[in-house]
Amino acid sequence: MASPAASEEAAATVAFQLRLYVAGETTKSLAAFANLQRICETHLAGLYRIEVIDLRKNPGLAAGDQILAVPTLVRRLPEPIKKIIGDLSNEERVLVGLDIQSLRA
Amino acid sequence: MKKEVAETLPNLAKAPTGIVGLDEITGGGLPAGRPTLVCGTAGCGKTMLALEFLVRGATQFNEPGVFMMFEENAAELTANVRSLGFDLDELVARKKIVLDYVHIERSEIEETGEYDLEGLFIRLGHAFDSIGAKRVVLDTVEALFAGLANHAVLRSELRRLFRWLKDRGMTAIITGEKGDGNAITRYGLEEYVADCVIILDQRIQDQISTRRLRVLKYRGTVHGTNEYPFLIGAHGFSVLPITSLQLDHKVSTQRIPTGIARLDEMLGGLGVFRGSSVLVSGSPGTGKSSIAAKFIETVCQRGERALFFAYEESPEQIIRNMRSVGIDLGPWVNKGLLEIHASRPTLLGLEQHLVMMHDLVRSFKPTVVAVDPISNLTMAYDDAEVKPTLMRLIDFLKKEQITAVFTSLTSGGDATSAPEDSQLAVSSLMDTWLMLRNVEFTGERNRTIFVRKSRGMAHSNQVREFVLSDNGIDLVDVYLGGDRVLTGSARVAREAQERAAATLSVQDHQRKLRHLASKRKAIDAQIAALQAEAEAETEEVLFIIAQETLQEKTTHLDADAMAQQRGSINGTAGRKKTG
Repeated sequence: MASPAASEEAAATVAFQLRLYVAGETTKSLAAFANLQRICETHLAGLYRIEVIDLRKNPGLAAGDQILAVPTLVRRLPEPIKKIIGDLSNEERVLVGLDIQSLRA
Repeated sequence: MKKEVAETLPNLAKAPTGIVGLDEITGGGLPAGRPTLVCGTAGCGKTMLALEFLVRGATQFNEPGVFMMFEENAAELTANVRSLGFDLDELVARKKIVLDYVHIERSEIEETGEYDLEGLFIRLGHAFDSIGAKRVVLDTVEALFAGLANHAVLRSELRRLFRWLKDRGMTAIITGEKGDGNAITRYGLEEYVADCVIILDQRIQDQISTRRLRVLKYRGTVHGTNEYPFLIGAHGFSVLPITSLQLDHKVSTQRIPTGIARLDEMLGGLGVFRGSSVLVSGSPGTGKSSIAAKFIETVCQRGERALFFAYEESPEQIIRNMRSVGIDLGPWVNKGLLEIHASRPTLLGLEQHLVMMHDLVRSFKPTVVAVDPISNLTMAYDDAEVKPTLMRLIDFLKKEQITAVFTSLTSGGDATSAPEDSQLAVSSLMDTWLMLRNVEFTGERNRTIFVRKSRGMAHSNQVREFVLSDNGIDLVDVYLGGDRVLTGSARVAREAQERAAATLSVQDHQRKLRHLASKRKAIDAQIAALQAEAEAETEEVLFIIAQETLQEKTTHLDADAMAQQRGSINGTAGRKKTG
């Protein structure tokens, strides 16, 4: 799974740093990634960066962000950290979770 | 169904917990490679039990472990258990233990769509692999129910989790909060963890709290089913099995003297058995403590170690008071052979006292333990509770081959009532029972002692007077006068009487002998006189006989001579011849 996101130079300046934790390429993780990308492109075009972490490959990273459930989306920036678990199929809930509504308002 | 039976039939492998008492109750430990549910109310020691299981596993059984906590974080846990002597930081550094704090905060989490708990599995798996773990604790996994909204997913994932732990062969402890009413746990974890369930409980009675442990269920093995008090003391968790499941302690035939020669005499001449329990009971002021102190002193004189638990006097007070009856404990304390532990009985609950004793006995390793008095320890409790508690203590001491002397205050004071009734609860546990009594007679109170029972040895049935003086303790025969025993000055008076009577009778005998001697002398004299008389008479008779014989002879001679003369001169010889 690649992480097609904003370019590296832009990474420092993007408003949204998102991290998606998955465990292997399951239907749930693929669905979550697809849903996330769609939502970000729709609402945060150019303002986001997605990093996908496969815990199967990097099990040591699970503890750092307190990951239990997968898929889990972590909004690392802007602070405070927010977490959304599930396949992100409900766009409304994802937007609430990422606090994007207020940004657009 | 068939498969399940087959699974439980072979002897279960067990993972020893290393926790004092728990391995005895469970017959060797928790089911190895299976999860065990430990549940109880808040603050009853679930985390302690689980953590000690893990620490002991890592340090004593070479089974590294993972502690996954959901409630307190690693730093808090480490600080909390440092007081028990567990250095988690060091164990973590040595890769013996992994601490993983799982923090889940519902307010920070939004749920949208399907998910599973693979992340948790991966975290655990990673931790297992990093140290080669054999044991794992989840404390307490129920926090997930508060953190995650979708309980249906959670339940199915928990079921998968426990299955997975089994497949990985992990010996696991899952802790759970006690549910309302009859529910074992609030979220029904027992449904998933079916192999072994341990329940912890904390109760407060008479303002003293007692913690208890019970093995509710342990598939495929025999286990103790009672409630066992436990404590979290300076050396960690300790469960006190009422008795170990069997009565199988080793016994000694070695005898140790009590230090009171005449008391040893009453006990078959040799004293009590090593490792036996001696109860010294009596009303106030009968000298119970003195007997215990004398026993202790004797033990120390032999160079053995003794532990004295005092619940009435401070150590210094004991030493001073015992000096007054010729028992000096001071030097032994200084030499380190004797430890006196004085505390108020109300300081702790009965069980706490017991555990404190266990700890001290284990660290000091005495050969004799004295408790003065046990009746104070048991003040606040009903007999039903005291007996099993003491039984545990006695059982423990017997197992360690430690001789125990318990003094016990009886309620009754005089000889007419039966003060021993108040000892019924504990007396059956004792091997030797010495009873001290006050006997009041002729305006005096005196002490008597007798051996009420002494298992496995011939013992005296006699009541002795028990005398405490500057020179120490001594036992004296009592006198029976009329229908009561005589003690004290009555005994002394009786002794004087008997002495006087004895002197008199000696004099009488001498007088009789003298009389006999003089009588014999008189008789002898008489015999001599009679003999002399007889001799004199014999002589007389012989003389007379001789005289007469002589006379006769003389007469014949004269006649012949005359006849001859007549015949020659007168010629009348013919007449003479015819006449």
